[in-house]
Amino acid sequence: MSKENSAPSKKKKGVSRRNVLKWTAALGGVASLSAGGLFYGLKKANRQPNSDEKIVWASCNVNCGSRCALRAHVSDGVVTRIETDNLGKDTYGSHQVRACLRGRSMRRRMYAPERLKYPMKRVGKRGEGNFERISWDEAYALVAKRLKKAIDEHGNESVYLNYGTGNLGATLSKSWPPGATPIARLMNCLGGYLNHYGDYSAAQIEYALPFTYGSGWVDGNTYADITNTELFVMFGNNPAATRMSGGGLVNDIVQARKKSGAKIIVIDPRYTDTAAVAADEWIPIHPGTDAALVCGLAHVLITEKIVDDDFLKKCCVGYDEDSLPEGIPAGNSYKSYILGKGDDKTPKTPKWASEITGIPEKRIIQLAHEIGRAKPCFITQGWGIQRQANGEQNCRAICMLPILTGNVGVQGGNTGAREGSFGIPFAGFPTLENPVKTSISVFGWTDAIVRGPEMTATRDGVQGRDRLIAPIKFIWNYAGNCIINQHSDSNRTHEILQDESKCETIVVIDNFMTPSARYADILLPAAFNLEEDDFAVCGWTSTMAYQIFAPKAVEPFFESRTVYDICTGVAERMGVRNAFTEGRTRNDWAHWVYAKQRANTPDLPENLDDAFTQGVFKYERKGKPAVPYKSFREDPKTNPLPTPSGKIEIFSKRLWNIAHTWELREGDVISALPQYTPTWEGVSDPLRSEFPLQLIGHHYKQRTHSTYGNVDWLKQVAPQELWINPVDAEKRGIKHGDMVKVFNKRGTVIVPAKVTPRIMPGVLTLPQGAWYTPGKDGIDQGGCVNVLTSQRPTPLSKGNPQHTNLVQVEKA
Amino acid sequence: MLKRPAFYIDMEACTGCKTCMIACIDKHDLPKGILWRRVSEYTGGDWNKDGNGKYHQNVFAYYLSISCNHCENPICVRSCPTTAMHKGPDGIVSVDHDKCVGCRYCEWGCPYSAPQYSEGLGKMTKCDFCRDYQREGKSPACVAACPNRALHYGEYEELADKYGSENLVAPLPSPNITQPNLIITPNRNAKPAGSQAGKISNPEEV
Ligand code: SF4
Repeated sequence: MSKENSAPSKKKKGVSRRNVLKWTAALGGVASLSAGGLFYGLKKANRQPNSDEKIVWASCNVNCGSRCALRAHVSDGVVTRIETDNLGKDTYGSHQVRACLRGRSMRRRMYAPERLKYPMKRVGKRGEGNFERISWDEAYALVAKRLKKAIDEHGNESVYLNYGTGNLGATLSKSWPPGATPIARLMNCLGGYLNHYGDYSAAQIEYALPFTYGSGWVDGNTYADITNTELFVMFGNNPAATRMSGGGLVNDIVQARKKSGAKIIVIDPRYTDTAAVAADEWIPIHPGTDAALVCGLAHVLITEKIVDDDFLKKCCVGYDEDSLPEGIPAGNSYKSYILGKGDDKTPKTPKWASEITGIPEKRIIQLAHEIGRAKPCFITQGWGIQRQANGEQNCRAICMLPILTGNVGVQGGNTGAREGSFGIPFAGFPTLENPVKTSISVFGWTDAIVRGPEMTATRDGVQGRDRLIAPIKFIWNYAGNCIINQHSDSNRTHEILQDESKCETIVVIDNFMTPSARYADILLPAAFNLEEDDFAVCGWTSTMAYQIFAPKAVEPFFESRTVYDICTGVAERMGVRNAFTEGRTRNDWAHWVYAKQRANTPDLPENLDDAFTQGVFKYERKGKPAVPYKSFREDPKTNPLPTPSGKIEIFSKRLWNIAHTWELREGDVISALPQYTPTWEGVSDPLRSEFPLQLIGHHYKQRTHSTYGNVDWLKQVAPQELWINPVDAEKRGIKHGDMVKVFNKRGTVIVPAKVTPRIMPGVLTLPQGAWYTPGKDGIDQGGCVNVLTSQRPTPLSKGNPQHTNLVQVEKA
Repeated sequence: MLKRPAFYIDMEACTGCKTCMIACIDKHDLPKGILWRRVSEYTGGDWNKDGNGKYHQNVFAYYLSISCNHCENPICVRSCPTTAMHKGPDGIVSVDHDKCVGCRYCEWGCPYSAPQYSEGLGKMTKCDFCRDYQREGKSPACVAACPNRALHYGEYEELADKYGSENLVAPLPSPNITQPNLIITPNRNAKPAGSQAGKISNPEEV
């Protein structure tokens, strides 16, 4: 135990000795939590619950794509057990929102040894992790002083709110999107801050698909529609790891599969848990080559005339030469590109695709027949495919399959985008308007520290201005681990942050001493979500939406405070307390938000406390699954898409213009058509002679990105491992369980090997999110994939290509 | 209480998420190294290059979540020299800590690794089918936790009527040894018990 644990609080209204003792018990190990000192509760068969034991609704608010209800057992002010939704009969449609393994380990996370207890300021160099305890008063004054300095010297556009999803889905204490947090409200009272667009999950697809289908979120049919299809094809997409709730998509896919006669094919470099449970066939593919596969399939569909000509004529532009937009030279249609009549003079035959993707030619031809003949066919994609150096191309290309075969806007079909979701909106905490309109890509902040004012609209994707007017000097980082762990190229980021003359201040607000928290100048402990009242909104679902009302279960740990109270403290020092609070406490805002929500969903109880008692409210979606784009498909003239032509733009003139005006790095391609573009560190990069293996970083059940990455229970049941095929392992004398060294020019990671045929030869995968733990030599011992990933952004969205990496591996 | 409690696994629904394991650890405060429920990953298949240099494969994998099967003929009970290990009138096999001397014979006998030795106690520990929860009318922690509803429990005869009495799935041992109260609906990947098509590919996790 650290000295801090037993240090009495300096503050008068600090933490009582009694609480400290209880927490110390919680931290000290499970033995002392069990009633009567019984060793891990072996005699619990006869255990009487403590008389003060209560059960409180809670929620798991992380960026997993799901959201779950928890029931926290609280005894003597400490959470002693976690259960999940137990309401009703668990009939599908009003089923229980059962938490996954992570949510069930919540108390172990909440009381993890990394939990922050006091406000602290850095002593020593950034990233070393040496801090000194300070009071909240000192902390507020220090933040205010640094913030004033940044605004005075460099303007509001030098202040940046970093991406953070550690408390995603909450309402009052949400950490994402940053623009909806109390920190944004505070900054908006002070003249604003530099925005970002996109996110680390889906930057490329969010940017690219609107060129095809029109502005806004491009929707998909839901998994419930698997029951109405003949063939279900998943490009990547692994809900068994990325939508894990029993009230979420993994359960929806399992349930739908049972009712459906559809064949299910998973195309992925890795045999995922989704493939294992749901797929009839797995087709392994080289990472980053999905667009090449699509081209090969399109070649078969077009040459064998199994395309839906009516749909293409009526609803699309750019399929053939006749439907090219005005002013575009001949030879630029999709058909010309596929048949080799375009500029590159290369027919995209199945053989051509086979050489790139690694998929046997015969299988490509057969798959084209299957897709072409299934009526309907449901084609969906996950987001790993778009986190590639050619991600914008891959995701648009996949949409070509339903477009060519006319499966858009029909029951049992899909747009080719990720599957849809059914949800109900929840009222938000008002954050006022940001007077600053300048915005950078979510992935561009390290560049903006180094060369801010050199970054321009047409070279770096700056929005709202032609170029940045200031470098980033001050970073707010709330509940996020992108400072070092989840951003690419940890070693480069470390170098950049070491220079304190560049980014002058990093304020981290978090629950834990995360790898990113180690880079804080001022480190503030936030209350855990079980230590404050909040509302959690629904995660991704197919058939049932829900809301979770989670009251405070226990007092905030040591001196932690809610993010609202922290911002109020800073607001006061900055002279904007009244504008920030409008005279309301956090509790007042909770009632304010609840009243707003009741206006949307009047069946909620009048009294917030009653909602907290009931915990979960569910809404079943009745009838057939929704079909997005149905009205457009049926009558495109009356119901045009929000594209310039009103149609699906296979050829995008907007992209054509961008391609002709933006400055791109050598090798980067933006094209009007969705095409295959080989990339740096892709399957055909000559660099493979030195670093022969492609490396991706899959989502792993142990963590939600990096959240829960410090929980020992989870590490025990799902350890961090590098997946390597026996073919590659044998060549290097690597056996299952051996420690191996994975490296490229950017860094080195040491990690145990999982030798498994579930990853294809030539490809490694190191699950993303493990906590960066560099030794003195700079070699990471934690298994953090971002030591190996690159900060080079993708051409169009300037997003994160974190699955495009070449590496070598050897026995450590 | 049930007379002959049994677990039922629907492999069509099991994604290997291990929520059951964590629910079990949390409910029973299990210390590191003791896992009353374990999810094994059974994987097989080969990669072979064709004449064009393209790989072909027949890879498969599936998960099996196994705890104690509260067997009809429990070998742990048979091998216990002190009668500490016993099958109660409620059908639950459990350890009487007043009698257990920690000799570990039960551990060596059980083909499912259900009884596990606690260094701290110097005694054996094992799944008690959440007897306390069952008495309160609640499901065992693992069953109530299962996000995909793969794990169920109930009266053996009723489950057998509904789902048959199949439990011959690799890598499980022959049911003849202990007559486990375990019923399984295999999924399309499942290999029969005794198959050499794959192996337990996560030995470090179980
Ligand atoms: S991580 Fe996601 S799926 Fe798991 S309990 Fe939390 S919200 Fe649910």
